[in-house]
Formats: sequence, C-alpha cells, structure tokens
Amino acid sequence: MERADYERLRWRCIRRALLELDITLTRFLDDGFDQLNDEQQQAFAELADMEDYDLWDLLTGKAECTDPRFAPIVALLRKS
Amino acid sequence: MSIPVLKFDAVIVGAGGAGLRSAIQLSEAGLKTAVLSKVFPTRSHTVAAQGGVAASLGNSEEDHWHWHMYDTVKGSDWLGDQDAIEFMVRKANECVVELEHYGMPFDRTDNGKIYQRPFGGHMSNFGEKPVRRSCAAADRTGHAMLHAMYQRNVKANTQFFVEWMALDLIRDSEGHVLGVTAMEMETGQVVIFHTRATIFATGGAGRIFYSSTNAFINTGDGLGMAARAGIPLEDMEFWQFHPTGVAGAGVLITEGVRGEGGILRNANKERFMERYAPNAKDLASRDVVSRAMTTEINEGRGCGVNKDYVLLDITHLDPNTIMKRLPGIREIGLQFAGVDCIKEPLPVVPTCHYQMGGIPTHYSGRVVTPQNGDPNTIVPGFYAAGECACASVHGANRLGTNSLLDLLVFGKSAGDSAVEDLKAGKAHRELPKDAAEKSLARIAALDNRKGGANVHETRLAMQRTMQNHAGVFRFGDLLKSGVEKILEVEKAARQLEIKDKSMAWNTARTEALEMENLIEVAKATMISAEARKESRGAHVRDDAPDTPEFPNGRNDAEWLKHTLFNPADNTISYKPVNMQPLSVETIALKTRSY
Repeated sequence: MERADYERLRWRCIRRALLELDITLTRFLDDGFDQLNDEQQQAFAELADMEDYDLWDLLTGKAECTDPRFAPIVALLRKS
Repeated sequence: MSIPVLKFDAVIVGAGGAGLRSAIQLSEAGLKTAVLSKVFPTRSHTVAAQGGVAASLGNSEEDHWHWHMYDTVKGSDWLGDQDAIEFMVRKANECVVELEHYGMPFDRTDNGKIYQRPFGGHMSNFGEKPVRRSCAAADRTGHAMLHAMYQRNVKANTQFFVEWMALDLIRDSEGHVLGVTAMEMETGQVVIFHTRATIFATGGAGRIFYSSTNAFINTGDGLGMAARAGIPLEDMEFWQFHPTGVAGAGVLITEGVRGEGGILRNANKERFMERYAPNAKDLASRDVVSRAMTTEINEGRGCGVNKDYVLLDITHLDPNTIMKRLPGIREIGLQFAGVDCIKEPLPVVPTCHYQMGGIPTHYSGRVVTPQNGDPNTIVPGFYAAGECACASVHGANRLGTNSLLDLLVFGKSAGDSAVEDLKAGKAHRELPKDAAEKSLARIAALDNRKGGANVHETRLAMQRTMQNHAGVFRFGDLLKSGVEKILEVEKAARQLEIKDKSMAWNTARTEALEMENLIEVAKATMISAEARKESRGAHVRDDAPDTPEFPNGRNDAEWLKHTLFNPADNTISYKPVNMQPLSVETIALKTRSY
C-alpha cells in the first residue's frame, strides 16, 4: 500500500466514534496489518470504512460475517 | 507566505451533535456555512451516547419542565446557572420534536408517541420519585441523532470539510473573532476560513486522563484554540468519572454487571465495599464506589504489578446468566483485558467520562469573557455549544441524558444567535496581516525541531499525571504536586518533535497538534482543581469531608462561584453563579442527597 493510502487508512482507524474500535484497530495496524497480502489489506480497508456499530457487532459476534473476504480479517481482529 | 482564504458567513468547528445542530440553523437561514471535522460527521463521538435525550414530554406519565429544572440544578450541586438551565429544559420538547421531524427513529409507545424511560437522577414533583423522561432510539440514540442531522444538513447545502483540523482562532486587535486557520489532512495545506461567525462544537477532552471512556478523537481542540486566543476556561475542575472502566483501556463496563451480582475485590481478594457501604455494598452510587476504589489503590491494596487497579469479580455467577443478562461483557473482557470473566475477575479503575467545564458561554451560545469588570462580556463573532462549552447547565455534575439535550438546545441556540447577529448585516471584518502566522509557526516548529520531546511519551506523562493527581477522589498534597508536574509536562509539550515531515496524511503532525490542545486542558484542570478547596459534585477532596457545617464537604459561603482559568498566566479568577432563573423562583440551596 502506498504511504499516503496507508496513512489515510491509519487516520480512519485511530480516530473512530467508539473507543472500542480505536483500540482494536490501532492495535491491529501496529501488530497484524503488515502480515496481510494486498487483497487482505484492501478487505481490511473496506471493513474500516464501515459504520462503527456495524463493525463492532461483527467483531463481537453480534452480527454474522457473511462475506468470505472479510471473515478471516474479522477473525484476526477478534484475536488482536 | 500566501495562504488561501476561503470566505464563509459562518464556520463551525466539529461535526458532532452540537455542530450539526447549529449548522442546520445557519444553512436553513440561507447563510454560507462551512463545517470542519477531523472525521466523517457520523464518526463523531456523539455516536457513543446510548442513554437517550431528556425532555419532559410526559408521554408515559405526568412530567413538567420545572421538575426537570429542579433535577438539573440539584444534579449540578447548585453550580449550574439557573437561567441557562431553565432555558435548556424549556426548549427540550421543541428540540426533540424537531429531531423527530428530521427523521430520528425514536422508540415509540403503542399509541405512536415517543417512548420514554427512566434514567438516574430524573424525578417527578421536585425529587419525589423517578420519572420516565429519556427519549431514545434503542441503545443507539447518539448514532441515530447524528444521521438524522447530517441528512438535514446535506439537504440545506451545508458545506462539509471532512478530515480537516482547525488550528487556531483568528482574532483582530479589538478581540473580534474572524474565523479559524485549518489544515487539510490530505494535503497538509493550511487555509484561512474568513467568516462573520465562528462556532466551536469540538466536544470534550477526556483524553487528558490515562483512563478515559472517551474515543481518541476527544482531544479538546476547541478548548486549546480558545485558550491560545486568550479566552479563559470555566469550571475545568469538574469531570464526571465512571467507576468501572477496563484498566489500561478505559472501555466501559456497564453498571449492570454489579446489578447482576458483580463484586469488587482488592489485592487481598477482600470485598472492600462492605467497609465503605455496609448496606448497598457494590451497588452504592457511582461516586461512593469510585472513591472506595481510589482509596484501596492509594492505600496499597490495588492489584497487579503496579497495584493500580481493583477487580470486578463475576466468576461466581452462572455462565449462562453472564451470557444472557450481560451481553458483550465477555467480549470486552477478552478483547481489552485479555481476561475471560467467566473464569477470572476483570481489572477495573474509575474512568473519566464527561467534561462539565469548557469555553464560557451565555445560554444564547455566545462566548463570554471577563472585561472591564463584567465577567460576561460577549466575544463578538464567537459561539460555542456542546461538551466544549460551559453554559453552565451541568455545573459540578451532569445528569445522564442531559448531554444530548445540551448539544441539541445549545447547538440550535448558538446557530440562532449567529443568524441573528449576521442578519444585523455586519460585513466581514478585515483580516489581520498575520492571521495565519501563529499556526504556521507552530507547524514549522514541529517540522524543524531536533532533539525535542516524543509525542506519545509526553501524552502518556500528561495522562498519568492527571489520573494520579486529579482523579475521581482528590487529595490536597497530590493536587499541589500535580500542578508542578503538569507544568513540567507542559514544557515538554511546547517542545514536541516529529520524525515524519510529509505534507500528505501526516498523522504524526496531527497528533502533535492535538497534544498541544490537550495540555491546555490538562493544565486548566489541575490548577482549577487545586484551587477549589471544597468538595462539590464531581470534585471531591479528601481534605473537604462531609461535616455538619459543610454537608458533603460543600462550602457555599466561599465556593458558590464559577472558576475561570486564565491560560495566559495560569491564574484563576471567579465569577458568580447565576441563581436567577428566567421566569420562576430560584431553586434554593440544599444539601444534595439522593
């Protein structure tokens, strides 16, 4: 990912409406993001674009993740 | 250097509830209105507000604005201005109904009216019994509110500048506010927004504390900008804390956990609340529980390597009860404490939740400052609303569901006042030649400094100092040493260094600029708290205890007054509390007890 794209994504992860997502996404960017391939990084960016409660519901299992592209990322985020 | 100038009638800084509400007033009045936000509007922290919005609609049972007013004055421990409180509660119904007409999906009763539920501190008939006053949209009231108001703004042609950070207030030699400087994050370009009205709606600054329920975005940017422009900050010693945030993360553990039988324990596994509240024990009120937790930690009975938290134990509960009655708690424990609360207790600490003080405003939303002996002189062209402002309706302690009401009523009021002032036909005043100099110099200093302080380390030093010296339960000697420590941290915060010098999306620079705002708030809080030698509302001092002469440690003879912290020289002055409501009799001083 280009520097500017990464930094924009970073800003959109470290300044969320919900503290829960600030912490979870920041942690993942610092520890797990680099290990994703390009396609997975793109999927993560799309997840990060979701509304806060929708994403939080996915991460807590309150909502089911049906998109096969997102499922492995959601699993990693839950563990991060 | 030539800086682009964008001319608007009004600029609103912040796109949370208060900013969006005031923007509706301006745009619908046909004024050219810009809203600046660090994030997309519906990612503002208002989203996190779940409880509801208070209004005495009386849909479920009899209610009256006067009862709501009484509850708010009492909740404020009589530090709230009674004119502003009457204004707010009387506007509540109108604001809620307007919001409904904007499309807000409130929960409804069977007959189609807005459903109302009870909430702590809201009572009928002047404190007699709980009343159903909170209007909510499930547990997503703030979220639904922002969406409804954002759509309304789109319809009204409000111009949004998303992922822009306001840097400094622009004032001329006569003190008029002429707009702000701001930085577009995508390019790093600094721009002047030259306006006739400037409204701050930047939210709170809960990130000054180590343990905070506030999202990372709450960095007190409006307060920092106001302070740098010579505007004093009011009642900054008053911060509301929640007893149970996850230690090290701040994420809130709902009171329902103790309601279901959760027990607080110290390092000796002792159920310490039995000593502090023999009857209510773990179900004692928020302030009693928070104080007990702090005492345990301060006296060396905290847990962990640093003995800096206590434990919330639900391991004795049936796992099925936990999963059924406390949904999400297990996930929060696993995610933020690395603990499965079915098997192990959760580490918790009292956690900062809401800022009662802020930029001093009249209830019309106009910013006021002391001048020539008048403590409430209007600053021309400047307005503020929501958590960043101090009207003051929350006084020393806010009632739940009054925060969403505050941002609706005062967001609208600030917008209306700006419209009224602009309709008077004043033209744009001439910009000073050095309008952007201060902002450019701050950025240049960050970019060029070598051997300066690290932003992350400085923020951590500030947060730990605030938590340890000005937390939920305060001690005279700790406050005193806290003032020295925070002034040391301030020196570092004035000498920040960043490694990344890029223009586009330089998050290191943005975080450094936020830190320069946070430190203004931290300093104001510590010095104001040290100076107030009584206990009142959320400001509770060990050396101002509950005595027959001073019930709850409150000393009205000396301290029934608002603090004004002057950031220019770190001094404090005071101004009277307005005890005169608009149309009813004063709600007389009384000991606050529930």
